[in-house]
Amino acid sequence: MLCKRIIPCLDVRNGLVVKGVQFKNHEVMGGITELAAKYSQMGADELVFYDISASTEDKTVDKSWVQEISKVINIPFCVAGGIKSLEDARLILNEGADKISINTPALINPMLIKQLSDEFGSQCVVVGMDIKTINSKHLVHAKTGNEATAYSSEREASDWLEEIESLGAGEVVINSMNQDGMRNGYDLELINDLSGRCTIPMIASGGAGCMEDFTQVFRSTNVDGALAASVFHKDVFTVQELKKHLQLNKINVRG
Amino acid sequence: MSIAIIDCGGANLRSVQHAFQLKGYEANITTEKTQIGQASHIVIPGVGSAGMVMNALNSLQLTSLIKELQQPVLGICIGMQILYEYSQEQNTKCLGIINGEIKKLPIQQGIKIPQMGWNEVIFDQSALSNLNNHYYFANSYYAEGSLETAAITDYKVTMSSVVIKNNFIGCQFHPEKSSVAGEQFLDYFLGLK
Repeated sequence: MLCKRIIPCLDVRNGLVVKGVQFKNHEVMGGITELAAKYSQMGADELVFYDISASTEDKTVDKSWVQEISKVINIPFCVAGGIKSLEDARLILNEGADKISINTPALINPMLIKQLSDEFGSQCVVVGMDIKTINSKHLVHAKTGNEATAYSSEREASDWLEEIESLGAGEVVINSMNQDGMRNGYDLELINDLSGRCTIPMIASGGAGCMEDFTQVFRSTNVDGALAASVFHKDVFTVQELKKHLQLNKINVRG
Repeated sequence: MSIAIIDCGGANLRSVQHAFQLKGYEANITTEKTQIGQASHIVIPGVGSAGMVMNALNSLQLTSLIKELQQPVLGICIGMQILYEYSQEQNTKCLGIINGEIKKLPIQQGIKIPQMGWNEVIFDQSALSNLNNHYYFANSYYAEGSLETAAITDYKVTMSSVVIKNNFIGCQFHPEKSSVAGEQFLDYFLGLK
């Protein structure tokens, strides 16, 4: 059967990999291709690159680094950040990315999901959902790359999930803004609530701090993969160590 | 060795080209009949949909050339699916090199569509068992087992993950995205004469 995926996430700003805490105070982690090659060799199942400058500054990602990545790794990777049109997506996919992920543009124009899916196939189209729980309502947020621009779309996560599935999204990333960069575990309640009703692959994101957090999210929810950034960038543990730990805990991962 | 990657219009041709380049081989992305006919190895990559790929091949008038090729031909993902007679995806008439049809993955409890991620591929011939491994899949349609099945994969349904008919090989997974396992599979393909 299909393995659970471990997905390092690289936030990109001005050509460098950075990491913030709860979407602010970004520190530089290293070069894009160097980190991409390192994680690929370590056994990462997939990589995600978020251009966090693109979405908030109203520009599309600079694509030159996408092709550089595709030259150094031979595992799938996804590019996110400021993709607003079929043409934006086509350029990135033609440069060698396997998937594109959209968040704010999908909230502004949901039909973009359908257009992308019809044109490139649903397997290319990932929708990222940045969710902040406010008064026990799980609200999807837009323009989250920068604290100053982030705002609530007023959409409930479960409604939005249903909508993006019907529009042809091929995968969804559930990112808990409350947990992001806090390293105290995935938001199991939120993820469990959403993964129970999801028919497309779902990736958990936000909050991983130790190897046990991954075991927990795979044991107690129906997610297909887990995404994390700072634990890998800061060498808290390696992808290999994590996979060994998960195998010992009877989670089906690629060795 | 001269590798021709047929440009059927889908995105992601470059990944296939880079996979060969990483191994030190030149591979040309082409729609040119002479270049395809003279290549030692031909790849039909496939990202997009069966309808889109067949439309491209029809309008480039490449279908009869492909069917007549004698050298090793590798169809990847949709490129494998169009080797069959018919695909349920957009009701597409395909090349008909392999008998049978491509079906939509059935909706079942606990099964996500598309299948997306690393799944186990098991070859039925012991000569190929060194290729048994995890490979990367991204598909919503699949081929059932048949005479041409060379490897299977379990996704609640049993799908043909590799098919071989004469000089035509199809793989449902993406070797160009399957790390070391994918490199070994491409080595196997390039070793065929």
